[in-house]
Amino acid sequence: MALKFIALLLICQLAGEVFVVPTGLPVPGPVVGMALLFAGLALRGSVPVGLGRVVDVLLSHLSLLFVPAGVGVMLHIVMLRTEWAAISVALVLSTVLTILVTGLVMKVLIRWLERRGGEA
Amino acid sequence: MELDLSLGDIWVYLSAGPLLHLTLTVLAYLLGDAVFRRSGKRALLNPVLLSILLLVTILAVTDTDYPTYFAGAQFVHFMLGPATVALAVPLYRNLRLIRELWFPILLSIVTGTVVSATSAVLIARWLGASEQTLISLAPKSVTAPVAMGIAEKVGGLPSLSAALVVLTGVLGAVIGPAVLALVRVRDDRARGLALGVSSHGIGTARAFQISDLAGAFSALAMGLMALVSAFALPFVLRWAFGA
Repeated sequence: MALKFIALLLICQLAGEVFVVPTGLPVPGPVVGMALLFAGLALRGSVPVGLGRVVDVLLSHLSLLFVPAGVGVMLHIVMLRTEWAAISVALVLSTVLTILVTGLVMKVLIRWLERRGGEA
Repeated sequence: MELDLSLGDIWVYLSAGPLLHLTLTVLAYLLGDAVFRRSGKRALLNPVLLSILLLVTILAVTDTDYPTYFAGAQFVHFMLGPATVALAVPLYRNLRLIRELWFPILLSIVTGTVVSATSAVLIARWLGASEQTLISLAPKSVTAPVAMGIAEKVGGLPSLSAALVVLTGVLGAVIGPAVLALVRVRDDRARGLALGVSSHGIGTARAFQISDLAGAFSALAMGLMALVSAFALPFVLRWAFGA
Protein backbone atom coordinates (compact mmCIF):
# COMPACT_ATOMS: atom_id res chain seq x y z
CA MET A 1 0.00 0.00 0.00
CA ALA A 2 1.35 3.37 -1.06
CA LEU A 3 0.29 5.21 2.10
CA LYS A 4 2.61 3.09 4.24
CA PHE A 5 5.60 4.20 2.17
CA ILE A 6 4.56 7.87 2.16
CA ALA A 7 4.47 7.56 5.95
CA LEU A 8 7.97 6.03 5.85
CA LEU A 9 9.34 9.03 3.90
CA LEU A 10 7.69 11.45 6.35
CA ILE A 11 9.02 9.52 9.37
CA CYS A 12 12.57 9.62 7.98
CA GLN A 13 12.26 13.36 7.40
CA LEU A 14 10.87 13.89 10.89
CA ALA A 15 13.65 11.80 12.44
CA GLY A 16 16.15 13.88 10.46
CA GLU A 17 14.70 17.15 11.78
CA VAL A 18 14.64 15.80 15.33
CA PHE A 19 18.28 14.80 14.98
CA VAL A 20 19.44 18.12 13.47
CA VAL A 21 17.82 20.63 15.81
CA PRO A 22 19.48 19.67 19.13
CA THR A 23 22.86 18.72 17.61
CA GLY A 24 23.11 22.01 15.70
CA LEU A 25 24.45 20.09 12.69
CA PRO A 26 24.73 22.46 9.69
CA VAL A 27 22.86 20.02 7.44
CA PRO A 28 19.12 20.19 6.65
CA GLY A 29 16.82 17.61 8.27
CA PRO A 30 15.67 16.00 5.00
CA VAL A 31 19.31 15.28 4.05
CA VAL A 32 19.77 13.41 7.34
CA GLY A 33 16.43 11.69 6.59
CA MET A 34 17.86 10.60 3.25
CA ALA A 35 20.88 9.11 5.02
CA LEU A 36 18.57 7.28 7.45
CA LEU A 37 16.45 5.79 4.66
CA PHE A 38 19.62 4.82 2.81
CA ALA A 39 20.95 3.06 5.91
CA GLY A 40 17.61 1.25 6.28
CA LEU A 41 17.70 0.08 2.65
CA ALA A 42 21.29 -1.10 3.07
CA LEU A 43 20.34 -3.09 6.18
CA ARG A 44 17.31 -4.62 4.43
CA GLY A 45 19.36 -5.38 1.32
CA SER A 46 16.70 -4.33 -1.21
CA VAL A 47 14.15 -1.64 -2.11
CA PRO A 48 10.52 -2.67 -1.29
CA VAL A 49 8.50 -2.71 -4.53
CA GLY A 50 5.86 -0.33 -3.15
CA LEU A 51 8.46 2.17 -1.97
CA GLY A 52 10.13 2.11 -5.37
CA ARG A 53 6.80 2.94 -7.01
CA VAL A 54 6.02 5.86 -4.66
CA VAL A 55 9.53 7.27 -5.03
CA ASP A 56 9.50 7.04 -8.83
CA VAL A 57 6.26 9.04 -8.97
CA LEU A 58 7.59 11.64 -6.53
CA LEU A 59 10.94 12.06 -8.31
CA SER A 60 9.43 12.19 -11.79
CA HIS A 61 7.92 15.55 -10.76
CA LEU A 62 10.96 16.82 -8.86
CA SER A 63 11.24 19.97 -11.03
CA LEU A 64 7.75 21.13 -10.07
CA LEU A 65 8.72 21.26 -6.39
CA PHE A 66 11.25 24.05 -7.01
CA VAL A 67 8.74 26.42 -8.60
CA PRO A 68 7.36 28.10 -5.40
CA ALA A 69 10.89 28.92 -4.16
CA GLY A 70 11.80 30.12 -7.64
CA VAL A 71 8.92 32.57 -7.67
CA GLY A 72 10.46 33.95 -4.44
CA VAL A 73 13.29 35.26 -6.61
CA MET A 74 10.95 38.10 -7.56
CA LEU A 75 11.35 39.44 -4.03
CA HIS A 76 14.99 40.09 -4.82
CA ILE A 77 14.64 41.67 -8.21
CA VAL A 78 15.03 45.10 -6.61
CA MET A 79 18.15 44.08 -4.70
CA LEU A 80 19.59 42.33 -7.74
CA ARG A 81 19.04 45.40 -9.91
CA THR A 82 21.76 47.44 -8.19
CA GLU A 83 24.51 44.86 -8.79
CA TRP A 84 22.83 43.17 -11.71
CA ALA A 85 25.82 43.05 -14.06
CA ALA A 86 28.37 41.74 -11.56
CA ILE A 87 26.01 39.07 -10.24
CA SER A 88 24.80 37.79 -13.59
CA VAL A 89 28.27 37.62 -15.15
CA ALA A 90 29.59 35.85 -12.05
CA LEU A 91 26.67 33.39 -12.01
CA VAL A 92 26.95 32.47 -15.68
CA LEU A 93 30.75 32.17 -15.85
CA SER A 94 31.05 30.37 -12.53
CA THR A 95 28.26 27.90 -13.37
CA VAL A 96 29.80 27.08 -16.77
CA LEU A 97 33.23 26.70 -15.18
CA THR A 98 31.95 24.46 -12.36
CA ILE A 99 30.08 22.16 -14.76
CA LEU A 100 33.05 22.04 -17.12
CA VAL A 101 35.66 21.26 -14.47
CA THR A 102 33.55 18.74 -12.52
CA GLY A 103 32.47 16.87 -15.65
CA LEU A 104 35.99 16.76 -17.09
CA VAL A 105 37.67 15.70 -13.83
CA MET A 106 35.13 12.89 -13.41
CA LYS A 107 35.50 11.79 -17.05
CA VAL A 108 39.31 11.70 -16.88
CA LEU A 109 39.31 9.85 -13.53
CA ILE A 110 36.79 7.24 -14.72
CA ARG A 111 38.94 6.62 -17.79
CA TRP A 112 42.09 6.39 -15.73
CA LEU A 113 40.47 3.94 -13.31
CA GLU A 114 39.04 1.78 -16.10
CA ARG A 115 42.36 1.69 -17.94
CA ARG A 116 44.13 0.70 -14.74
CA GLY A 117 41.43 -1.94 -14.07
CA GLY A 118 41.92 -3.25 -17.63
CA GLU A 119 45.66 -3.69 -17.10
CA ALA A 120 45.33 -5.47 -13.78
CA MET B 1 -29.36 34.45 -3.16
CA GLU B 2 -27.24 37.21 -4.59
CA LEU B 3 -25.65 35.81 -7.71
CA ASP B 4 -24.42 38.89 -9.54
CA LEU B 5 -20.83 38.62 -8.30
CA SER B 6 -18.36 40.39 -10.55
CA LEU B 7 -15.24 38.64 -11.74
CA GLY B 8 -13.29 40.85 -9.36
CA ASP B 9 -15.32 39.62 -6.40
CA ILE B 10 -14.71 36.00 -7.33
CA TRP B 11 -11.00 36.75 -7.64
CA VAL B 12 -10.94 38.38 -4.20
CA TYR B 13 -12.77 35.42 -2.72
CA LEU B 14 -10.45 32.84 -4.28
CA SER B 15 -7.30 34.80 -3.41
CA ALA B 16 -8.13 34.51 0.27
CA GLY B 17 -7.68 30.72 0.27
CA PRO B 18 -4.73 28.57 -0.73
CA LEU B 19 -6.55 26.72 -3.53
CA LEU B 20 -6.10 29.34 -6.25
CA HIS B 21 -2.33 29.69 -6.02
CA LEU B 22 -1.79 25.99 -5.49
CA THR B 23 -3.76 25.28 -8.66
CA LEU B 24 -1.96 28.04 -10.58
CA THR B 25 1.42 26.60 -9.58
CA VAL B 26 0.56 23.12 -10.83
CA LEU B 27 -1.07 24.45 -14.02
CA ALA B 28 1.87 26.76 -14.79
CA TYR B 29 4.22 23.82 -14.43
CA LEU B 30 2.08 21.54 -16.61
CA LEU B 31 2.00 24.25 -19.26
CA GLY B 32 5.78 24.81 -19.00
CA ASP B 33 6.38 21.07 -19.25
CA ALA B 34 4.07 20.76 -22.27
CA VAL B 35 5.90 23.58 -24.07
CA PHE B 36 9.25 21.96 -23.19
CA ARG B 37 8.16 18.58 -24.62
CA ARG B 38 6.50 20.07 -27.70
CA SER B 39 9.68 21.97 -28.53
CA GLY B 40 11.66 18.72 -28.59
CA LYS B 41 13.10 19.49 -25.14
CA ARG B 42 14.94 22.68 -26.04
CA ALA B 43 17.15 23.66 -23.11
CA LEU B 44 16.02 27.30 -23.02
CA LEU B 45 12.41 26.23 -22.63
CA ASN B 46 13.17 24.60 -19.28
CA PRO B 47 9.85 23.87 -17.51
CA VAL B 48 11.01 25.33 -14.16
CA LEU B 49 12.16 28.55 -15.85
CA LEU B 50 8.95 28.88 -17.90
CA SER B 51 6.60 28.27 -14.99
CA ILE B 52 8.48 30.71 -12.72
CA LEU B 53 8.35 33.42 -15.41
CA LEU B 54 4.65 32.77 -16.01
CA LEU B 55 3.77 32.87 -12.30
CA VAL B 56 5.82 36.01 -11.62
CA THR B 57 3.99 37.68 -14.51
CA ILE B 58 0.58 36.58 -13.18
CA LEU B 59 1.42 37.80 -9.66
CA ALA B 60 2.65 41.14 -11.00
CA VAL B 61 -0.44 41.65 -13.18
CA THR B 62 -2.85 40.74 -10.37
CA ASP B 63 -0.80 42.71 -7.82
CA THR B 64 -0.40 39.68 -5.53
CA ASP B 65 2.40 39.64 -2.99
CA TYR B 66 4.64 36.63 -2.39
CA PRO B 67 3.29 35.64 1.07
CA THR B 68 -0.23 35.42 -0.41
CA TYR B 69 1.06 33.29 -3.28
CA PHE B 70 3.14 31.11 -0.97
CA ALA B 71 0.15 30.38 1.29
CA GLY B 72 -1.08 28.22 -1.59
CA ALA B 73 2.22 27.15 -3.14
CA GLN B 74 3.61 25.93 0.19
CA PHE B 75 1.87 22.59 -0.32
CA VAL B 76 4.02 21.96 -3.39
CA HIS B 77 7.07 23.44 -1.66
CA PHE B 78 6.57 21.12 1.30
CA MET B 79 7.00 18.04 -0.88
CA LEU B 80 10.68 18.98 -1.33
CA GLY B 81 11.39 17.39 2.07
CA PRO B 82 9.95 13.94 1.35
CA ALA B 83 11.43 14.11 -2.17
CA THR B 84 14.89 14.72 -0.70
CA VAL B 85 14.45 11.70 1.58
CA ALA B 86 13.27 9.70 -1.46
CA LEU B 87 16.61 10.32 -3.20
CA ALA B 88 17.97 7.52 -0.99
CA VAL B 89 16.25 5.03 -3.32
CA PRO B 90 18.07 5.87 -6.59
CA LEU B 91 21.28 6.18 -4.55
CA TYR B 92 20.77 2.70 -3.17
CA ARG B 93 19.83 1.28 -6.59
CA ASN B 94 23.15 2.54 -7.96
CA LEU B 95 25.20 1.67 -4.90
CA ARG B 96 27.42 -0.80 -6.75
CA LEU B 97 28.42 1.78 -9.38
CA ILE B 98 28.99 4.45 -6.75
CA ARG B 99 31.12 2.16 -4.63
CA GLU B 100 33.29 1.25 -7.62
CA LEU B 101 33.98 4.92 -8.29
CA TRP B 102 34.23 6.39 -4.80
CA PHE B 103 37.61 7.99 -5.47
CA PRO B 104 36.74 9.82 -8.72
CA ILE B 105 33.41 10.86 -7.20
CA LEU B 106 34.98 12.35 -4.10
CA LEU B 107 37.76 14.12 -5.95
CA SER B 108 35.48 15.63 -8.62
CA ILE B 109 32.97 16.81 -6.03
CA VAL B 110 35.62 18.53 -3.91
CA THR B 111 37.19 20.10 -7.01
CA GLY B 112 33.79 21.29 -8.25
CA THR B 113 32.88 22.73 -4.85
CA VAL B 114 36.11 24.75 -4.68
CA VAL B 115 35.76 25.99 -8.28
CA SER B 116 32.12 27.01 -7.75
CA ALA B 117 32.64 29.19 -4.68
CA THR B 118 36.03 30.67 -5.67
CA SER B 119 35.17 31.53 -9.25
CA ALA B 120 31.86 33.16 -8.29
CA VAL B 121 33.43 35.32 -5.58
CA LEU B 122 36.50 36.31 -7.63
CA ILE B 123 34.52 37.25 -10.75
CA ALA B 124 31.93 39.26 -8.80
CA ARG B 125 34.63 41.03 -6.80
CA TRP B 126 36.49 41.90 -9.97
CA LEU B 127 33.25 43.46 -11.25
CA GLY B 128 32.83 45.47 -8.07
CA ALA B 129 30.13 43.66 -6.09
CA SER B 130 29.78 44.53 -2.41
CA GLU B 131 31.19 42.28 0.30
CA GLN B 132 27.73 41.24 1.49
CA THR B 133 26.80 40.22 -2.04
CA LEU B 134 30.04 38.24 -2.38
CA ILE B 135 29.33 36.30 0.82
CA SER B 136 25.75 35.62 -0.29
CA LEU B 137 27.03 34.51 -3.69
CA ALA B 138 29.65 32.04 -2.41
CA PRO B 139 27.22 29.18 -1.58
CA LYS B 140 25.23 29.62 -4.83
CA SER B 141 25.66 25.96 -5.88
CA VAL B 142 24.71 24.54 -2.49
CA THR B 143 21.20 23.23 -1.93
CA ALA B 144 19.00 26.12 -0.69
CA PRO B 145 18.51 25.36 3.04
CA VAL B 146 22.24 24.75 3.57
CA ALA B 147 23.22 27.79 1.48
CA MET B 148 20.96 30.01 3.59
CA GLY B 149 22.52 28.61 6.77
CA ILE B 150 26.02 29.33 5.49
CA ALA B 151 25.17 32.90 4.43
CA GLU B 152 23.55 33.60 7.78
CA LYS B 153 26.58 32.36 9.71
CA VAL B 154 29.06 34.57 7.88
CA GLY B 155 27.08 37.80 7.54
CA GLY B 156 25.55 37.40 4.10
CA LEU B 157 21.85 37.75 3.28
CA PRO B 158 20.14 34.34 3.53
CA SER B 159 17.20 35.34 1.33
CA LEU B 160 19.54 36.73 -1.36
CA SER B 161 21.51 33.48 -1.21
CA ALA B 162 18.29 31.51 -1.71
CA ALA B 163 17.44 33.58 -4.79
CA LEU B 164 20.96 33.16 -6.21
CA VAL B 165 20.80 29.41 -5.52
CA VAL B 166 17.58 29.12 -7.53
CA LEU B 167 19.01 31.23 -10.38
CA THR B 168 22.15 29.08 -10.43
CA GLY B 169 20.07 25.90 -10.45
CA VAL B 170 17.92 27.01 -13.36
CA LEU B 171 21.00 28.28 -15.22
CA GLY B 172 22.84 24.98 -14.74
CA ALA B 173 19.81 22.94 -15.78
CA VAL B 174 19.40 25.06 -18.91
CA ILE B 175 23.02 25.27 -20.13
CA GLY B 176 24.63 22.31 -18.31
CA PRO B 177 23.91 19.54 -20.81
CA ALA B 178 25.09 21.75 -23.71
CA VAL B 179 28.31 22.71 -21.91
CA LEU B 180 29.03 19.03 -21.18
CA ALA B 181 28.34 18.06 -24.80
CA LEU B 182 30.70 20.80 -25.96
CA VAL B 183 33.64 19.29 -24.05
CA ARG B 184 32.52 15.76 -25.00
CA VAL B 185 31.56 14.56 -21.54
CA ARG B 186 29.06 11.87 -22.58
CA ASP B 187 29.26 9.54 -19.59
CA ASP B 188 25.98 9.78 -17.61
CA ARG B 189 27.89 9.36 -14.35
CA ALA B 190 30.07 12.41 -15.09
CA ARG B 191 27.11 14.41 -16.47
CA GLY B 192 25.02 13.71 -13.37
CA LEU B 193 27.86 14.57 -11.04
CA ALA B 194 28.54 17.89 -12.78
CA LEU B 195 24.85 18.87 -12.69
CA GLY B 196 24.53 17.96 -9.01
CA VAL B 197 27.67 19.81 -7.90
CA SER B 198 26.87 22.98 -9.84
CA SER B 199 23.08 23.10 -9.65
CA HIS B 200 21.92 21.09 -6.60
CA GLY B 201 18.27 19.88 -6.72
CA ILE B 202 17.26 21.68 -9.90
CA GLY B 203 20.28 20.15 -11.65
CA THR B 204 19.33 16.78 -10.16
CA ALA B 205 15.79 17.09 -11.52
CA ARG B 206 17.36 17.82 -14.94
CA ALA B 207 19.74 14.85 -14.55
CA PHE B 208 16.80 12.49 -13.94
CA GLN B 209 15.49 13.59 -17.36
CA ILE B 210 18.77 12.32 -18.86
CA SER B 211 18.69 8.93 -17.11
CA ASP B 212 18.16 7.28 -13.76
CA LEU B 213 21.94 6.76 -13.52
CA ALA B 214 22.67 10.46 -14.11
CA GLY B 215 20.00 11.32 -11.53
CA ALA B 216 21.51 9.07 -8.88
CA PHE B 217 25.00 10.52 -9.37
CA SER B 218 23.57 14.02 -9.32
CA ALA B 219 21.71 13.35 -6.06
CA LEU B 220 24.89 11.98 -4.53
CA ALA B 221 26.88 15.01 -5.70
CA MET B 222 24.28 17.42 -4.33
CA GLY B 223 24.33 15.74 -0.91
CA LEU B 224 28.12 15.47 -0.56
CA MET B 225 28.63 18.97 -1.96
CA ALA B 226 26.24 20.35 0.68
CA LEU B 227 28.08 18.44 3.39
CA VAL B 228 31.55 19.66 2.31
CA SER B 229 30.31 23.26 1.93
CA ALA B 230 28.42 23.29 5.24
CA PHE B 231 31.56 22.42 7.15
CA ALA B 232 34.28 24.15 5.11
CA LEU B 233 32.75 27.27 3.52
CA PRO B 234 32.01 29.26 6.72
CA PHE B 235 35.64 28.91 7.80
CA VAL B 236 37.01 29.85 4.39
CA LEU B 237 34.70 32.87 4.10
CA ARG B 238 35.55 34.10 7.59
CA TRP B 239 39.20 33.82 6.73
CA ALA B 240 38.78 35.53 3.34
CA PHE B 241 36.62 38.42 4.54
CA GLY B 242 37.75 38.62 8.14
CA ALA B 243 34.08 38.49 9.13
